[in-house]
Amino acid sequence: MTTAVLLVALAFVAVAGFAVVATPDPRRQAITLSLFSLCLTLLFVVLQAPDVALSELAVGSAVVPLLVLLTIRKVGGR
Amino acid sequence: MTLRARTWLCAAGALGVAVLLVTAFLRMPRFGGDLHVYRDLALPATLARMTPNLVSSVNFDLRALDTLGEETIVAAAVVGTLSLLQPSPAERERIEPQRGYVMPVVKVAGYLLLPVTLLLGLDVVAHGHLTPGGGFQGGVVLATGWHLLYISGSYPALARLRPIDWCEYAEAAATGLYVVTGLAGLIAGGAFLANVLPKGEFGSLLSAGTVPVLSVLVGIEVAAGLVVLLAQFLGQGLIREEHS
Repeated sequence: MTTAVLLVALAFVAVAGFAVVATPDPRRQAITLSLFSLCLTLLFVVLQAPDVALSELAVGSAVVPLLVLLTIRKVGGR
Repeated sequence: MTLRARTWLCAAGALGVAVLLVTAFLRMPRFGGDLHVYRDLALPATLARMTPNLVSSVNFDLRALDTLGEETIVAAAVVGTLSLLQPSPAERERIEPQRGYVMPVVKVAGYLLLPVTLLLGLDVVAHGHLTPGGGFQGGVVLATGWHLLYISGSYPALARLRPIDWCEYAEAAATGLYVVTGLAGLIAGGAFLANVLPKGEFGSLLSAGTVPVLSVLVGIEVAAGLVVLLAQFLGQGLIREEHS
Protein backbone atom coordinates (compact mmCIF):
# COMPACT_ATOMS: atom_id res chain seq x y z
CA MET A 1 0.00 0.00 0.00
CA THR A 2 2.71 2.48 1.07
CA THR A 3 4.80 1.47 -1.91
CA ALA A 4 1.86 2.07 -4.25
CA VAL A 5 1.28 5.59 -2.82
CA LEU A 6 5.00 6.28 -3.08
CA LEU A 7 5.14 5.14 -6.69
CA VAL A 8 2.14 7.32 -7.57
CA ALA A 9 3.80 10.33 -5.91
CA LEU A 10 7.06 9.64 -7.73
CA ALA A 11 5.17 9.32 -11.04
CA PHE A 12 3.46 12.69 -10.40
CA VAL A 13 6.87 14.29 -9.79
CA ALA A 14 8.30 12.76 -12.96
CA VAL A 15 5.35 13.88 -15.11
CA ALA A 16 5.31 17.37 -13.58
CA GLY A 17 9.08 17.71 -14.00
CA PHE A 18 8.77 16.77 -17.66
CA ALA A 19 5.92 19.28 -18.02
CA VAL A 20 8.16 22.07 -16.65
CA VAL A 21 10.91 21.25 -19.14
CA ALA A 22 8.45 20.87 -22.02
CA THR A 23 6.74 24.24 -21.40
CA PRO A 24 8.19 26.72 -23.90
CA ASP A 25 6.80 30.03 -22.61
CA PRO A 26 8.48 31.17 -19.34
CA ARG A 27 5.19 32.70 -18.14
CA ARG A 28 3.44 29.33 -18.38
CA GLN A 29 6.57 27.68 -17.03
CA ALA A 30 6.09 29.55 -13.74
CA ILE A 31 2.71 27.84 -13.41
CA THR A 32 4.01 24.35 -14.26
CA LEU A 33 6.91 24.97 -11.86
CA SER A 34 4.35 25.71 -9.16
CA LEU A 35 2.48 22.47 -9.96
CA PHE A 36 5.79 20.58 -9.94
CA SER A 37 6.46 21.93 -6.45
CA LEU A 38 3.01 20.78 -5.32
CA CYS A 39 3.86 17.27 -6.56
CA LEU A 40 7.19 17.41 -4.72
CA THR A 41 5.33 18.50 -1.57
CA LEU A 42 3.10 15.45 -1.94
CA LEU A 43 6.16 13.22 -2.34
CA PHE A 44 7.80 14.68 0.79
CA VAL A 45 4.62 14.08 2.79
CA VAL A 46 4.51 10.47 1.57
CA LEU A 47 8.18 10.10 2.55
CA GLN A 48 7.25 11.37 6.06
CA ALA A 49 9.24 14.60 5.80
CA PRO A 50 6.62 17.22 6.75
CA ASP A 51 9.32 19.84 7.49
CA VAL A 52 10.67 19.72 3.98
CA ALA A 53 7.14 19.56 2.57
CA LEU A 54 6.20 22.83 4.32
CA SER A 55 9.27 24.62 2.97
CA GLU A 56 8.71 23.24 -0.53
CA LEU A 57 5.05 24.25 -0.46
CA ALA A 58 5.79 27.85 0.53
CA VAL A 59 9.05 28.48 -1.35
CA GLY A 60 8.63 26.25 -4.40
CA SER A 61 4.97 26.67 -5.22
CA ALA A 62 4.46 30.29 -4.13
CA VAL A 63 7.57 32.44 -3.74
CA VAL A 64 9.71 31.20 -6.64
CA PRO A 65 6.92 31.33 -9.30
CA LEU A 66 5.98 34.80 -8.02
CA LEU A 67 9.59 35.99 -8.36
CA VAL A 68 9.78 34.44 -11.85
CA LEU A 69 6.54 36.14 -12.94
CA LEU A 70 7.58 39.52 -11.52
CA THR A 71 10.98 39.26 -13.24
CA ILE A 72 9.41 38.33 -16.61
CA ARG A 73 6.97 41.22 -16.26
CA LYS A 74 9.90 43.56 -15.67
CA VAL A 75 12.27 42.37 -18.39
CA GLY A 76 9.87 40.65 -20.81
CA GLY A 77 8.87 43.77 -22.76
CA ARG A 78 12.37 44.49 -24.04
CA MET B 1 32.85 23.83 -31.72
CA THR B 2 30.33 22.40 -34.14
CA LEU B 3 26.89 21.26 -33.08
CA ARG B 4 27.85 17.65 -33.79
CA ALA B 5 30.96 17.80 -31.60
CA ARG B 6 28.98 19.51 -28.83
CA THR B 7 26.29 16.82 -28.96
CA TRP B 8 28.92 14.08 -28.67
CA LEU B 9 30.68 15.90 -25.82
CA CYS B 10 27.37 16.29 -23.97
CA ALA B 11 26.53 12.61 -24.55
CA ALA B 12 29.95 11.53 -23.23
CA GLY B 13 29.50 13.71 -20.14
CA ALA B 14 25.98 12.42 -19.53
CA LEU B 15 27.20 8.84 -19.90
CA GLY B 16 29.97 9.47 -17.35
CA VAL B 17 27.51 10.96 -14.86
CA ALA B 18 25.11 8.05 -15.45
CA VAL B 19 27.87 5.48 -14.79
CA LEU B 20 28.91 7.28 -11.59
CA LEU B 21 25.31 7.55 -10.37
CA VAL B 22 24.52 3.89 -11.08
CA THR B 23 27.69 2.67 -9.30
CA ALA B 24 26.86 4.92 -6.35
CA PHE B 25 23.22 3.79 -6.22
CA LEU B 26 24.22 0.11 -6.32
CA ARG B 27 26.25 0.54 -3.13
CA MET B 28 23.65 2.58 -1.25
CA PRO B 29 21.69 1.09 1.67
CA ARG B 30 18.32 -0.30 0.60
CA PHE B 31 15.49 2.28 0.35
CA GLY B 32 13.37 2.21 3.51
CA GLY B 33 15.77 -0.23 5.16
CA ASP B 34 16.83 -0.43 8.80
CA LEU B 35 20.38 0.86 8.33
CA HIS B 36 20.49 4.53 9.44
CA VAL B 37 23.92 5.39 10.83
CA TYR B 38 23.14 9.05 11.44
CA ARG B 39 19.74 8.31 13.02
CA ASP B 40 21.33 5.90 15.50
CA LEU B 41 23.74 8.63 16.57
CA ALA B 42 21.31 11.58 16.48
CA LEU B 43 18.30 10.02 18.22
CA PRO B 44 19.93 9.40 21.66
CA ALA B 45 21.54 12.87 21.58
CA THR B 46 18.17 14.43 20.70
CA LEU B 47 16.34 12.64 23.50
CA ALA B 48 19.08 13.60 25.98
CA ARG B 49 18.48 17.25 25.08
CA MET B 50 14.69 16.94 25.55
CA THR B 51 13.84 17.77 21.94
CA PRO B 52 10.94 15.70 20.55
CA ASN B 53 11.50 16.98 16.99
CA LEU B 54 14.68 15.27 15.85
CA VAL B 55 14.96 17.42 12.71
CA SER B 56 14.88 20.64 14.73
CA SER B 57 17.44 19.23 17.13
CA VAL B 58 19.74 18.50 14.21
CA ASN B 59 19.12 21.92 12.68
CA PHE B 60 19.38 24.11 15.77
CA ASP B 61 21.52 22.08 18.16
CA LEU B 62 23.56 19.18 16.82
CA ARG B 63 24.40 20.95 13.54
CA ALA B 64 23.49 24.52 14.49
CA LEU B 65 26.64 25.79 12.76
CA ASP B 66 25.27 24.59 9.39
CA THR B 67 22.06 26.53 10.04
CA LEU B 68 24.13 29.65 10.76
CA GLY B 69 25.66 29.21 7.31
CA GLU B 70 22.24 28.79 5.69
CA GLU B 71 20.91 31.79 7.58
CA THR B 72 23.84 33.85 6.33
CA ILE B 73 23.04 32.76 2.76
CA VAL B 74 19.46 34.06 3.16
CA ALA B 75 20.78 37.32 4.63
CA ALA B 76 23.30 37.69 1.78
CA ALA B 77 20.56 37.05 -0.81
CA VAL B 78 18.37 39.74 0.75
CA VAL B 79 21.27 42.23 0.93
CA GLY B 80 22.13 41.49 -2.71
CA THR B 81 18.51 42.02 -3.81
CA LEU B 82 18.32 45.22 -1.79
CA SER B 83 21.40 46.66 -3.43
CA LEU B 84 20.55 45.52 -6.97
CA LEU B 85 16.83 46.30 -7.11
CA GLN B 86 16.82 49.62 -5.26
CA PRO B 87 14.98 52.07 -7.56
CA SER B 88 17.20 54.90 -8.81
CA PRO B 89 16.04 58.52 -8.26
CA ALA B 90 14.93 58.68 -11.91
CA GLU B 91 12.96 55.44 -11.54
CA ARG B 92 11.47 56.63 -8.26
CA GLU B 93 9.69 59.43 -10.16
CA ARG B 94 8.05 56.93 -12.47
CA ILE B 95 6.54 54.82 -9.67
CA GLU B 96 2.80 54.86 -10.01
CA PRO B 97 0.07 53.18 -7.99
CA GLN B 98 -1.09 49.86 -9.37
CA ARG B 99 -4.47 49.64 -11.01
CA GLY B 100 -6.13 46.34 -11.68
CA TYR B 101 -9.20 44.23 -11.25
CA VAL B 102 -9.30 41.36 -8.76
CA MET B 103 -12.13 38.85 -8.79
CA PRO B 104 -14.25 39.12 -5.62
CA VAL B 105 -13.79 35.38 -4.99
CA VAL B 106 -10.01 35.79 -4.91
CA LYS B 107 -10.38 38.78 -2.62
CA VAL B 108 -12.60 36.93 -0.13
CA ALA B 109 -10.40 33.83 -0.22
CA GLY B 110 -7.29 35.95 0.37
CA TYR B 111 -8.77 37.76 3.35
CA LEU B 112 -10.16 34.51 4.80
CA LEU B 113 -6.86 32.69 4.45
CA LEU B 114 -4.72 35.58 5.74
CA PRO B 115 -5.38 35.10 9.49
CA VAL B 116 -5.28 31.30 9.13
CA THR B 117 -1.89 31.39 7.38
CA LEU B 118 -0.39 33.89 9.83
CA LEU B 119 -1.60 31.81 12.79
CA LEU B 120 -0.20 28.65 11.19
CA GLY B 121 3.14 30.37 10.61
CA LEU B 122 3.37 31.55 14.23
CA ASP B 123 2.41 28.06 15.41
CA VAL B 124 5.06 26.40 13.24
CA VAL B 125 7.75 28.80 14.53
CA ALA B 126 6.73 28.56 18.19
CA HIS B 127 6.47 24.77 18.24
CA GLY B 128 9.50 24.17 16.05
CA HIS B 129 11.23 22.05 18.69
CA LEU B 130 8.12 19.94 19.40
CA THR B 131 6.29 19.28 16.13
CA PRO B 132 7.34 19.20 12.47
CA GLY B 133 8.44 22.60 11.29
CA GLY B 134 10.76 25.19 12.73
CA GLY B 135 12.05 28.66 12.15
CA PHE B 136 12.64 28.46 8.41
CA GLN B 137 9.34 26.78 7.56
CA GLY B 138 7.30 29.04 9.85
CA GLY B 139 9.09 32.14 8.60
CA VAL B 140 8.39 31.27 4.99
CA VAL B 141 4.71 30.57 5.79
CA LEU B 142 4.47 33.93 7.60
CA ALA B 143 6.06 35.84 4.73
CA THR B 144 3.94 34.19 2.01
CA GLY B 145 0.83 34.56 4.15
CA TRP B 146 1.52 38.27 4.46
CA HIS B 147 1.53 38.56 0.69
CA LEU B 148 -2.03 37.22 0.48
CA LEU B 149 -2.77 40.91 0.98
CA TYR B 150 -1.14 41.50 -2.40
CA ILE B 151 -3.00 38.60 -4.03
CA SER B 152 -6.22 40.10 -2.72
CA GLY B 153 -5.45 43.05 -4.95
CA SER B 154 -4.63 45.64 -2.36
CA TYR B 155 -1.02 46.63 -2.90
CA PRO B 156 -1.58 49.89 -0.97
CA ALA B 157 -2.84 47.82 1.98
CA LEU B 158 0.23 45.63 1.79
CA ALA B 159 2.53 48.65 1.55
CA ARG B 160 0.87 50.28 4.57
CA LEU B 161 1.03 47.12 6.69
CA ARG B 162 4.59 46.36 5.68
CA PRO B 163 7.11 48.39 7.64
CA ILE B 164 10.06 47.65 5.36
CA ASP B 165 12.53 49.55 7.57
CA TRP B 166 11.59 47.48 10.58
CA CYS B 167 11.75 44.27 8.55
CA GLU B 168 15.32 45.17 7.56
CA TYR B 169 16.25 45.87 11.19
CA ALA B 170 14.55 42.65 12.38
CA GLU B 171 16.36 40.61 9.74
CA ALA B 172 19.77 42.00 10.66
CA ALA B 173 19.11 41.79 14.41
CA ALA B 174 17.94 38.16 14.25
CA THR B 175 20.99 37.16 12.18
CA GLY B 176 23.27 38.90 14.67
CA LEU B 177 21.51 37.45 17.71
CA TYR B 178 22.03 33.94 16.31
CA VAL B 179 25.78 34.57 16.46
CA VAL B 180 25.39 36.12 19.95
CA THR B 181 23.57 32.96 21.12
CA GLY B 182 26.43 30.95 19.68
CA LEU B 183 29.00 33.07 21.50
CA ALA B 184 27.00 32.70 24.74
CA GLY B 185 27.32 28.95 24.24
CA LEU B 186 31.07 29.39 23.70
CA ILE B 187 31.46 31.30 26.95
CA ALA B 188 29.11 29.24 29.11
CA GLY B 189 29.48 25.81 27.54
CA GLY B 190 32.93 25.83 26.00
CA ALA B 191 31.77 25.36 22.39
CA PHE B 192 30.28 27.69 19.76
CA LEU B 193 26.47 27.24 19.69
CA ALA B 194 26.61 24.80 22.63
CA ASN B 195 23.13 24.13 24.07
CA VAL B 196 23.63 25.73 27.48
CA LEU B 197 20.08 26.74 28.51
CA PRO B 198 18.10 24.49 30.88
CA LYS B 199 16.54 21.63 28.91
CA GLY B 200 13.22 21.63 30.80
CA GLU B 201 10.52 18.98 30.66
CA PHE B 202 10.23 16.72 27.60
CA GLY B 203 7.49 18.02 25.31
CA SER B 204 6.70 21.31 27.06
CA LEU B 205 6.78 24.65 25.22
CA LEU B 206 9.76 25.98 27.17
CA SER B 207 12.17 23.09 26.79
CA ALA B 208 15.07 21.87 24.63
CA GLY B 209 17.38 24.72 25.73
CA THR B 210 18.56 26.94 22.89
CA VAL B 211 16.61 25.06 20.16
CA PRO B 212 13.42 27.20 20.39
CA VAL B 213 15.51 30.37 20.81
CA LEU B 214 17.45 29.75 17.61
CA SER B 215 14.28 28.55 15.86
CA VAL B 216 12.43 31.78 16.68
CA LEU B 217 15.45 33.86 15.61
CA VAL B 218 15.61 32.07 12.26
CA GLY B 219 11.83 32.48 11.95
CA ILE B 220 12.11 36.26 12.40
CA GLU B 221 15.07 36.45 10.04
CA VAL B 222 13.44 34.41 7.25
CA ALA B 223 10.03 36.08 7.53
CA ALA B 224 11.47 39.61 7.56
CA GLY B 225 14.06 38.77 4.89
CA LEU B 226 11.48 37.32 2.50
CA VAL B 227 9.16 40.31 2.99
CA VAL B 228 12.06 42.66 2.14
CA LEU B 229 13.08 40.51 -0.83
CA LEU B 230 9.56 40.33 -2.28
CA ALA B 231 9.04 44.04 -1.60
CA GLN B 232 11.98 44.85 -3.86
CA PHE B 233 10.60 42.68 -6.66
CA LEU B 234 7.07 44.05 -6.27
CA GLY B 235 8.41 47.61 -6.15
CA GLN B 236 10.23 47.09 -9.45
CA GLY B 237 6.94 45.99 -11.00
CA LEU B 238 5.38 49.37 -10.15
CA ILE B 239 7.94 51.36 -12.12
CA ARG B 240 6.44 52.52 -15.40
CA GLU B 241 8.41 51.74 -18.55
CA GLU B 242 10.30 54.76 -19.89
CA HIS B 243 9.32 54.37 -23.53
CA SER B 244 5.69 53.43 -23.02
